Amino acid sequence: MLRDAALMFNRDARLGLRSPAWIGVSLMQPLLYLLFFGPLMERIVASTPGFPPGNAWQILVPALVVQLGLFASSFAGFGILADIRTGTLERFRVTPASRAGLLLGKVGYNVAQLLVQATLIIVVAVLFFGLRAPFGGIVLTLVLAAFLGATLASASYALALVIRNEQAFPAMLQTVLMPLFLLSGVMIPITTGLAPNWLYIISRINPFSYVMEAERAAFRAATDGLFTGIIVLAVLTVLAVWWGTRTFQKENA
Amino acid sequence: MITTRGLARTFTSRSRSGRTTVEAVRGVDIDVAEGELIGFLGPNGAGKTTTLRMLTTLLTPTAGEATVAGCDLRTDPLGVRKRIGYVSQSGGATAEAKVGEELVLQGQFYRMPAARARARAAELVEQLDLRGLDDRRCRTLSGGQRRRLDIAMGLIHEPKLVFLDEPSTGLDPQSRANLWDHIRKLRNEQGATVFLTTHYLDEADALSDRIIVIDNGAIVAEGTQDELKSRVAGDAVRFTVDTEHAARAATIAERLNGARELSTADGEVFLRVPRGDTAMPELLRALDAEHITMTAMSVQRPTLDDVFLTFTGRSLREAEAPDTETTKEHADVA
Repeated sequence: MLRDAALMFNRDARLGLRSPAWIGVSLMQPLLYLLFFGPLMERIVASTPGFPPGNAWQILVPALVVQLGLFASSFAGFGILADIRTGTLERFRVTPASRAGLLLGKVGYNVAQLLVQATLIIVVAVLFFGLRAPFGGIVLTLVLAAFLGATLASASYALALVIRNEQAFPAMLQTVLMPLFLLSGVMIPITTGLAPNWLYIISRINPFSYVMEAERAAFRAATDGLFTGIIVLAVLTVLAVWWGTRTFQKENA
Repeated sequence: MITTRGLARTFTSRSRSGRTTVEAVRGVDIDVAEGELIGFLGPNGAGKTTTLRMLTTLLTPTAGEATVAGCDLRTDPLGVRKRIGYVSQSGGATAEAKVGEELVLQGQFYRMPAARARARAAELVEQLDLRGLDDRRCRTLSGGQRRRLDIAMGLIHEPKLVFLDEPSTGLDPQSRANLWDHIRKLRNEQGATVFLTTHYLDEADALSDRIIVIDNGAIVAEGTQDELKSRVAGDAVRFTVDTEHAARAATIAERLNGARELSTADGEVFLRVPRGDTAMPELLRALDAEHITMTAMSVQRPTLDDVFLTFTGRSLREAEAPDTETTKEHADVA
């Protein structure tokens, strides 16, 4: 299984590096946020009570990493739909290669992609926007981002295989992702001090809020909400990878 | 090489009007011996691809059993996968990948060490006229080259049994003839058993040792081209004699073994007999004995289209209903 995963990872990486446009395309959005939204946050954070501890950049940068993890990884399923259309997936499935291996190789590549992008954002934020964060915290942030990416990529593959329609898939993704995104307090943290009570309660139901809080805590080298976030994320990852492999193993996938 | 008993597949699709069940394949029995080149013939939507996908472990049968390349389809799909090669209709080469990479990767998925996969890829590139294309991206290949690459990928692990799904669809006549040569070589020179689906009569006629005709999910006929054709109405025999002798000639012809559909028009007599080639000398002798001179004659073997017409009640061309097969398969998961 590991060999098949490695083979798949290498294939996707080779194809990915051949058209490196993806790095620029998916980095564009977070970079624009840094440039046009970050400065705005600086004053708001300083003058509004209720924000979690830390300055604007310490709040915004982990949020951008989570945003990248949520959106970029969720679109992984597109790749598999193209592989179905061209018969490539079928060509792999008719070999004795492990189904779980094929999926994990793909997910592995998505995670690697995410880590490259997240690292670039952090480096840019440190160099040009005066972000200060402890090294250990940054590493932990990236580890959490990797699990977040694995979760969303696996779920995305499973969903794509269930929907099997290149038109319906993005519509479905948008519908699911937007509320998850807004309700995890990525742009403006949803705290008791900032949000009305009902919104705060809804956000507590969204598992990704905990992941978001853990990312912010990791960035400040703090521990509040860190462990809850790690546990929630671990459960999510296990569930998503299980769903992905199960769907991938089913006959028609 | 292949034995199936009662192999069947039903698809259920859910729509606003409720559940509908489509019996794509209704219990087929197939026997293929080692070294045979089988043409699996039928119109689109007849169940060819569904049968093929079951035999290649891509689809689980809803009923029946099968042994493919010595392994049980249900209990040992992995054993089947290791031993067979499959080239799907769409082929499956990735547009941006390089020819050499695709071949080696496919070999590695068949558990071949990288070095052996590379050696085997080099061999296939030679055999299938793909020399010098190693570093080309797949999207830049011509239709014929693409197809040969697809086939090379299916042969990378030297399978003894190869499934080809509609191998020549979309190819120009020249690439098609070239592909046929390669398919023949596969059997004649490498001793592989080949099972190919097609909805082209000429392809089945030109390539196969034996033809299995499927329609509406059931096998309606099987045999060699000659057997199938002789089971049809028979050969058409036409001969001309002097008008005054026509009636007597017809009476004589009628005595031929299995003669039917006899008709006379002026000096021309028409009839069908099971074997035109053996009936002809007999007819000549009989006419000679009666001192009737035959001035012209012709024997026409039935075509596969006649075969199809006899077994299904419609001609293959009428039966064409494009795309129903693919729609069916996608409906299943929707």
